[in-house]
Amino acid sequence: MRKKNGISNLYLVLVFAVLYAPILYLMFYSFNSGGTMHGFESFTLDYYKEVFADTRLIIIVINTLVIALLSSTIATIIGVFGSLAIENMRRARLKNTLLSLNNVLIVSPDVIIGASFLILFTMVGIKLGFASVLISHVAFSIPITVLMILPRLQEMSPTLLDAARDLGASKRDVFTKVVLPFIRPGIFSGFFMALTYSLDDFAVTFFVTGSGYSTLAVEIYSRARQGVSLSINALSTLIFLFTVFLVVAYYISMRRGEKRKLADAAARMGVPE
Amino acid sequence: MKDKDNVNARSLAYIPYYLWVVLFVIAPVVLVVYYSLFDVSGRFTLSNYADFFTPVYLSMTLSSFWYAFLITLFSLLIAYPAAYLLTRTKHKQLWLLLIILPTWINLLLKTYAFIGIFGTSGPINALLGSIGFGEQQLLFTSGSFVFVSIYIFVPFMIMPIYNALEELNVSLTDAARDLGASGWITFRRVIFPLTLSGVKSGCISVFIPALSLFMITRLIAGNKVITLGTAIEQHFLVTQDWGMGSTVAVFLIVAMAVIMFLTGGSRKGVRK
Repeated sequence: MRKKNGISNLYLVLVFAVLYAPILYLMFYSFNSGGTMHGFESFTLDYYKEVFADTRLIIIVINTLVIALLSSTIATIIGVFGSLAIENMRRARLKNTLLSLNNVLIVSPDVIIGASFLILFTMVGIKLGFASVLISHVAFSIPITVLMILPRLQEMSPTLLDAARDLGASKRDVFTKVVLPFIRPGIFSGFFMALTYSLDDFAVTFFVTGSGYSTLAVEIYSRARQGVSLSINALSTLIFLFTVFLVVAYYISMRRGEKRKLADAAARMGVPE
Repeated sequence: MKDKDNVNARSLAYIPYYLWVVLFVIAPVVLVVYYSLFDVSGRFTLSNYADFFTPVYLSMTLSSFWYAFLITLFSLLIAYPAAYLLTRTKHKQLWLLLIILPTWINLLLKTYAFIGIFGTSGPINALLGSIGFGEQQLLFTSGSFVFVSIYIFVPFMIMPIYNALEELNVSLTDAARDLGASGWITFRRVIFPLTLSGVKSGCISVFIPALSLFMITRLIAGNKVITLGTAIEQHFLVTQDWGMGSTVAVFLIVAMAVIMFLTGGSRKGVRK
């Protein structure tokens, strides 16, 4: 039995090693004074200085963050009402149709989304640039937020709403004081999913971005096509560290949330803490 | 009266969502189909479809499907045992998070890393050289394209399978063992069938993007591998032949719908 464990551990270790090796490789060579991704010469921070001195790159990083935050906020707001629209649909067939339509963009390949949005924008006459990128990101984030919010809405017991109404809450109160707090976890996870999709997107943005405007992924693509440049390595090291920071923060908050959930359940069952 | 106002206010709040459905879900598909009926000079014609059914495009489609199939198959073979072993570890939430973490790094950065790793003076070639294989051209081959794609997609395959395994009731496997089933039979008859929904959604989330990849093919495979995605990108952004690009897109949409229909129907069956 112990031997079996050894083999399975080895397999997992191997998977993790292969998964992380390329990222660590990138990070390692960002310190190479030789200027290539092989043959490490000596330690240098020149490429980091280069990144911070590159105003164009910094503007692009800011662009990317602005697009991600704005688009996921807008998408989450529309998504909340979208899930309400789906949930309040009385006829089952209409509801299913709306749900399938909602999921179309999730299963569509990025290339199709990008190409069809490009056609749409040229037809309507929206100039390619900030506006077209923002609208596209909002558009492909909406179904993700709906999918995260809808299950919470379905969990909500209708008696909760009846009780609120019986106690004299106006429709507005029911929405802001009962429904919204209840679906809040769904709203948050929808927002974070939208944020990661937006930050990670390359293909859609690549199609709908004009010549003057760029996000980080598009910029990296055009730089990588010209060959190896260690400032990309330095930048990816920074991005990786930032991501790890976010993940650790998320993990800690999730653990805390779990504990709270446990405490809630205990309280509900009448177990003193 | 007040109630009526409220109803109106509520439907008003729904409008952006419905508008989104019409403008960004229905309209794009209609527009792609519409554009596929025009040639480069803007004449209404079916010639794009005639062009699509020529050996050039058909072999491209075939090889695109073949690569997507290979990528999906190998991702599954690697991901299933990994997902299974992950469910047996302590602190599995943490390990799962470590699997998800690389997916948050932009896929272009990961692809870019492989330009260095597979380069002629990169570590893989150094390793091959030390075993005595000599220097190989690894970049710009179809093999490196498949490898990098598998690398990118494995986490997306692990997650749904992991979730399906987590939902699996442990007492079922215990029962199988108690009734005398060997480890392999328990897997084949009990565990695998019950996690089929996870396998399916994993395969869908790998196969469809794999059909339409174009950045990995461009950066890693040079022009050795042309997928449907590369063709669409080429027509839309390089040759500006939107009609032909839309035709390829229409074909991809149809393929996608067929896949969704086939797997969607049986997934419902599993859930029941």
